[in-house]
Amino acid sequence: MNSVVTAPAPAPIKSERFQKREIRWWSSLLWPMAGLGLLLLFNLIFTQGFFHIEIRDGHLYGVLIDILNHGSEVMLLSLGMTVVIATAGVDLSVGAVMAIAGAVAAQLINRAGVPFPVVIGASLGLAVVAGCWNGLLVAAFDVQPIVATLILMVAGRGVAQLITGGQIITFNDARLSFIGNGSVLGLPFPVWLSFGMLGLTALVTRKTAIGLFIESVGDNQTASTYSGVRAGRIKFLVYAFAGLCSGLAGLVACSNIKCADANHAGLFLELDAILAVVIGGTSLMGGRFYLAGAIVGALFIQTLTTTMYMQNVSADIAPVPKALAVLIVCLLQSPVFRRKVMAPFRRKRA
Amino acid sequence: MRVPVKYIPLLATAFVLVCLYASGCIAFDGFGSLRVVVDLFGGNAFLGVAAVGATFVIISGGIDLSVGSVVAFTTILIASLLAHGFSPFTAITLALFSGVVFGAFMGYLIAAFELPPFLVTLAGLFLFRGMGFMVHSESLPITHPFFLDTVTDKLAIPLNDRVSIPFTATCYIAVLIIGIFLAHYTRFGRAIYAIGGDEQSAGLMGLPVGRIKVLVYALSGLCSALAGVVHTFYMSSGDPASCVGMELDAIAAVVIGGTLLTGGVGFVAGTAMGVLILGLIQMLIEFKGDVNTWWTPIVVGFLLLVFILLQNVISAVSKRFVSRAANPASAKGLPKGQAA
Amino acid sequence: MATDPQALLEIRGLTKSFPGVKALQGVDFTVRRGEVHALMGENGAGKSTLIKVLTGVYPRDSGTVRLDGTEIRPDSPKAAEAVGISTVYQEVNLIPHLSVAENICLGRQPTRLGMIRWRAMARRAEAAMARLGLRVDVTRPLSSCSIAIQQMVAIARALDVSAKLLILDEPTSSLDENEVEELFSVIRKLRGEGLGVVIVTHFLDQVYAISDRITVLRDGGLVGEYETARLPRMELVSRMIGKELSQVPPTQSGDVAGKSSTREPFVELKQCGRRGSIAPMDLSIGKGEIVGLAGLLGSGRTETARLIFGIDKIQTGEMRVEGKPAEYRSPSEAIRAGFAFTPENRKSDGIIPHLSIRENIMLALQARHGVAKAISRKQQDEIVEKFIQLLGISTPGPEQLVMNLSGGNQQKVLLARWLATQPRLLILDEPTRGIDVGAKAEILKLMQSLGRDGMSILFISSELEEVVRYSERVVVLRDRAKVGELAGAQINEEAIMHTIAGGASE
Repeated sequence: MNSVVTAPAPAPIKSERFQKREIRWWSSLLWPMAGLGLLLLFNLIFTQGFFHIEIRDGHLYGVLIDILNHGSEVMLLSLGMTVVIATAGVDLSVGAVMAIAGAVAAQLINRAGVPFPVVIGASLGLAVVAGCWNGLLVAAFDVQPIVATLILMVAGRGVAQLITGGQIITFNDARLSFIGNGSVLGLPFPVWLSFGMLGLTALVTRKTAIGLFIESVGDNQTASTYSGVRAGRIKFLVYAFAGLCSGLAGLVACSNIKCADANHAGLFLELDAILAVVIGGTSLMGGRFYLAGAIVGALFIQTLTTTMYMQNVSADIAPVPKALAVLIVCLLQSPVFRRKVMAPFRRKRA
Repeated sequence: MRVPVKYIPLLATAFVLVCLYASGCIAFDGFGSLRVVVDLFGGNAFLGVAAVGATFVIISGGIDLSVGSVVAFTTILIASLLAHGFSPFTAITLALFSGVVFGAFMGYLIAAFELPPFLVTLAGLFLFRGMGFMVHSESLPITHPFFLDTVTDKLAIPLNDRVSIPFTATCYIAVLIIGIFLAHYTRFGRAIYAIGGDEQSAGLMGLPVGRIKVLVYALSGLCSALAGVVHTFYMSSGDPASCVGMELDAIAAVVIGGTLLTGGVGFVAGTAMGVLILGLIQMLIEFKGDVNTWWTPIVVGFLLLVFILLQNVISAVSKRFVSRAANPASAKGLPKGQAA
Repeated sequence: MATDPQALLEIRGLTKSFPGVKALQGVDFTVRRGEVHALMGENGAGKSTLIKVLTGVYPRDSGTVRLDGTEIRPDSPKAAEAVGISTVYQEVNLIPHLSVAENICLGRQPTRLGMIRWRAMARRAEAAMARLGLRVDVTRPLSSCSIAIQQMVAIARALDVSAKLLILDEPTSSLDENEVEELFSVIRKLRGEGLGVVIVTHFLDQVYAISDRITVLRDGGLVGEYETARLPRMELVSRMIGKELSQVPPTQSGDVAGKSSTREPFVELKQCGRRGSIAPMDLSIGKGEIVGLAGLLGSGRTETARLIFGIDKIQTGEMRVEGKPAEYRSPSEAIRAGFAFTPENRKSDGIIPHLSIRENIMLALQARHGVAKAISRKQQDEIVEKFIQLLGISTPGPEQLVMNLSGGNQQKVLLARWLATQPRLLILDEPTRGIDVGAKAEILKLMQSLGRDGMSILFISSELEEVVRYSERVVVLRDRAKVGELAGAQINEEAIMHTIAGGASE
């Protein structure tokens, strides 16, 4: 007889706040929005003219617009980085791939007889190839993501310089220049691009099954494999996508300054992208990802930079608050920290 | 002579080093001179010192992204202190002290709260970069005679009437020797290998894992600070904007030197060879003159790829060996009590 | 309370609880000097908790532990080691990249002025191995040694710390016959030296070969301590499972008894085996048949399931599906053929913890549909709602995160995941483990009706009563090999236990 009345497994002891991550799409944005909100509040009080927007010649101008505009590169990068991190990986090469994309575009646009779609296609295409390279190393050769993408991070700038022949290549083409400098309905084009990509990515990940697969592979790869998910393919795809995002960001970057600078394009932006993703709520361990959160995270970083600029803090010192932001987010995400420090706020479940 | 599998990456590194050096000597006049060798050591001394610290961190299974920023911070701190009238001794001691303390703090966060080393040292990278600029916003030349005269003249070791070993190279070699000693002849060093190899088992075997981790990052901080000191010897100035991306060079040198990024396996001597290889590539390109400098990162990336794949192959092979050794209990005999 | 002068280790009234679970209740355990003592029990018996309390991983709630007459209270493995209790775990907790000598001496390397003396260390390691009667090149990396040698190194390390009591946790799981003999001769040698050896194992043959006494635990309590030579195998098995022979009611194998035994085979294993996993065996599952796989913990049941489902590759023999040879190199191939598998370890292999109930349920079906087309939300809601009702999953809603559910509900979610794919073969590995009585009954009844509707089921369970009641045929495994098969009226708990116990003279 079934004499065994096994007691149920001990109920998970978690604070109510961190436990019920309800799947209302906006509620996950709470923390990053709160952070951004605090920054904006600070500026409301201490920075003159921060929220001033005016319209001139049909274009919107103002600090807020600048933030959206300048933050576009990181916003684009963070979309790709989000899905990569969701599979428990990381992509350090995004900055280098930006440089490659910009280099290709600048070179081709200056060459007579190359149709504009080909310029864009080649530039983005090579960026995607770079992403596939990363994906191949991680998925097929089982190389650790940090290591695999480190290779392209190191070599990528050399490749970009190879393409530009070591020069900073300037161009004048109005179409290419539009990507970084043009505006649509008053808002700068890069902003449209970023939010457009956000919408597209959100659509694809939620309307197809790929979002589900990415999250399940990142959360528990074994269980996913046992359920029939092809983890290798999913991982390959996310790195290819990150390549595409880097390509778009690279086009924006080179277009902005109307030249391709292989040395400086996207320098250290991978770190900002990772930070944006982490602020946005996606865990470095993989699993659930938050695209909108990453966008907010990117905006947070840009707002932080702008705030300090407007407070006349030297741009060089700007990294210090970023460092604090990284540490705070890490601590908040660490289960050990939560256990030790948040213990007074807990309620044990029977 | 059967070579233990674990030395194969080291041999591969040595092979690449010899090939590079030999091809340089063959292709260029004067490449085989003493001056070139001395330059190789002296010019890369600061990277070499930092890479020693990075080696230990990576062997322990972690990573340190703050290296470049700490080096830059140290240089400007020293330059600034000297400009304010502090003695070289004080300045250098304070610089080293700050490196150790901040390294230990990062190690504490990583060990106590199980934070990812990648992110914590990333924060360190940002923090020190910014702090460097807070000390002084531009590069600052050093005018103290100790740095200008003593170091370059009195502390250099003459080899012949034209070439002498710069003090920077001497420092580097000293750090290298201490590093090798630490790694292979102390319990602390062996514990680092153990933790990197299998952290859980190391804990079960009684090693104080948390304490060792804090010490490893402190060591890395010390090496980065020391690298900064060496850098000031070399450049006679401090610059908060310098050494951007240096941590990548250090990591590349470590990987090329045969250390696994997953930890548990590695050689300080290998890292030294990796540093030399990086320096040689640079030098070869300089000597060639007409090869563009952008080939350096491409070649380095290629080398990284080769060594990483080599590491993967080796660990896959050795894993198969271990699983092959486990046999089933099938040899137990015929099943008993067969039913219909 | 009389203390046996021969006693090395005396544990009295040991109790240890975790939130909601009483792992050990008033357990007594005695090990004498120069004795090999087997500690046995099924899942949840409390063996590993006892060991962990003894070795300082957990503090005890109450009870006394005396080593050599002195009361001890180790608070860490290191402290336990210092007192003389050393453990060698099944996973051989050593550092693979370091050499044999380093592993033996790690943390205690001989030094002079802070500098390690490598030659002295090698000599000490060689002496340690020699004590076990082994000569090994101590400078080779541990990973280059076979698992058997690695275990010896672990034992050598344990002894190097001058152990009085040596605990071996499942030491023979990865060893072949010869290696087991070598290990046993080492154990006998140590016994001769007066050491106390505790061996935690489930291999019956080995227990009878090497141990002097046996202690059986069940559900956190002590069943009894016996002299091996005086305990018949049948009695041992019945003690572990918890049924007295006389208590076993004249059985019914449910309403299955009358079923015809001739069924068209759906899946057949012909001499399928895999090194390190299971010995070549024949197994056949008919269409719409419920086949039970019985055996003690570690007998190879899960390994069999892994072969069928494509997680492990079959190395010898062949598998046939509907008469045609089939080889699945990954679970997704098996799933496409209509197979389904609920793993034993829900937490690590089953649930996607941070995803919702709905996502967990839809995962396998969606995987089969492919990446491009997401199953419409409306359809998802329908399917999920249907299964929440059918299986009685208690939850405020389908968007609840799976990790917040109780074990029973998690298992139901996993079941729903597979039922949604409408499989032809459903492999259930311990589907009722860790689940309350009510949910157990529901799941088993569901299984029965699925079988009636034509689904083939491979039912793996440690609960003999369940196996008997619901299986049409029972395949019995012991020590990673098939030892018997029972059908129809033959199926009863006594017969299964007999088959497991084996042994000619009883």
